[in-house]
Amino acid sequence: MGKKVLMKGNEAIGEAAIRAGCLNYFAYPITPQSEVAEYLAKRMPEVGGVFVQGESEVAVGYMLFGASAAGARVFTTSSSPGVSLMSEAISYIAGAQCPCVFVNIIRGGPGLGGILPSQGDYFQSVKGGGHGDYRMLVMAPASVQEAVEMMMVAFPLAEKYRGPIMILGDGLIGQMMEPVEFPDDLATDPSDKDDWATNGMENRKSGSRNLVKSLYLDPEQLNDHNLLLKSKYDQMKKEEIRYEAYNTDGDYVSLIVSYGTMSRVCKTAIDNLKEEGVEVGMIRPQTLFPFPDAAIRDAAVKPGCKTVVSIEMSMGQMVEDVERCVQGRRPVGWYGKCGGDVPTPEEIMQVIKEGI
Amino acid sequence: MQHEVMFAGFGGQGILMIGKILAHAAMEAGREVAWIPSYGPEMRGGTAYCQVVVSDRPIGSPIIKSPRHLVAMNRPSLEKFANAVKPGGVILINSSLCPDRSGRTDVDELAAPVTDLAKELGSVRAANIVALGAFVARSGIVDFELIREAVKEEFAQKAKLIPLEMKALDAGRAEAGKKQRT
Repeated sequence: MGKKVLMKGNEAIGEAAIRAGCLNYFAYPITPQSEVAEYLAKRMPEVGGVFVQGESEVAVGYMLFGASAAGARVFTTSSSPGVSLMSEAISYIAGAQCPCVFVNIIRGGPGLGGILPSQGDYFQSVKGGGHGDYRMLVMAPASVQEAVEMMMVAFPLAEKYRGPIMILGDGLIGQMMEPVEFPDDLATDPSDKDDWATNGMENRKSGSRNLVKSLYLDPEQLNDHNLLLKSKYDQMKKEEIRYEAYNTDGDYVSLIVSYGTMSRVCKTAIDNLKEEGVEVGMIRPQTLFPFPDAAIRDAAVKPGCKTVVSIEMSMGQMVEDVERCVQGRRPVGWYGKCGGDVPTPEEIMQVIKEGI
Repeated sequence: MQHEVMFAGFGGQGILMIGKILAHAAMEAGREVAWIPSYGPEMRGGTAYCQVVVSDRPIGSPIIKSPRHLVAMNRPSLEKFANAVKPGGVILINSSLCPDRSGRTDVDELAAPVTDLAKELGSVRAANIVALGAFVARSGIVDFELIREAVKEEFAQKAKLIPLEMKALDAGRAEAGKKQRT
């Protein structure tokens, strides 16, 4: 770790990608993530990397597909409407098993919506924005530092599972400046792609021909392919769940489930409630897929915990996963706001007090 | 202890920059900091603002509806935010551009003609740094020397401006010391 520097989330995400050994970046500008492109347009040439601004997000998605199929480490950043346009490519990338990192700095929707922070793309990211049976490992940072750390692990994870990975931030994570320390540069080279990438025969040890595709017309072959993808998603559920538990060591009357920027506001509310003598715990999923099912269930059914509430900057998306985890053993509520008006700690304190 | 500062003014007055300089200086002092810009449509012609949170412990909610302090570089900024400031905070008003006062009796109000002071120093563009010097001196939010260093770093690419900006900081500090606390 080096010296602390003050950086915007968007710029830090760009720098983290370089430190993670990713020298290929394709993107199209959109508020509130345009500073990533602005930063990397300057920075990529300095480190011998490539930035190409695509003609649209549709093109950018397929530029990632092509670069990844050829064995390159590659990423893009966008915001909600742009990610919708990339979703077709994400489905193809998942089907063709190509490691790619996508960053979505969410803005309010639907449609053009607004440009302020939102968490309205939970379903799109976690349940699949594109078609077909695929899942995507989704990580949600709550600070600029965490966004950097997630970028650093995203590339090795994308290569481990050979598929798309998403970092799901919101406008505030992108726009906010916080002190950040960059982890040491990733020493590892991109993983061995000899057995699948279409990276030319010249250096291929196996000598066999590689084919990258998502088309399987034979029903048995396609079923086998889907089973293979499923086995990867099952492995993610075993190995990649990340979450933070806050104020859950002692007893608490209510459990909050919240992620990203929203979870920080919840932490302030929890600290304030503690001063008033009301104990509230929180599980903050850092991975939204795989979801921390067991942690949420265990925290919800702890004796003394009467209610569970999912607090999100959406009209109630993650709450469906929270309900699934709690399995009806506690009442599950939802509170949230859209449009960029982030709920205040006071509002959350009120919601909790009314719930218990 | 947590301080939140709202810097507000016209787009182009260097509002975001002085917020960043304060955040930088506080970071160097070992404090937790967060800097949040306005990036909505109000940047085009209306009020531009940013919030800086400085704290002794990890910052929870980075969005603050009631800041402890306000630096209002123009009249609309004062009108928009004066009532949100917590009792006991500092409200700095750029009296060169804003004839109004906050009307608050529970805050430390400082009316300083920062635009005029900057003009006297030779550049109206240094008004933001005059305001920063006055605000930091008045609030004591960070050590003045750290602000000096952070300004030098911010202007490292335009080093010929540094002597002017140092004078601007000092002019702000002198102005803050001159006026009686209310």
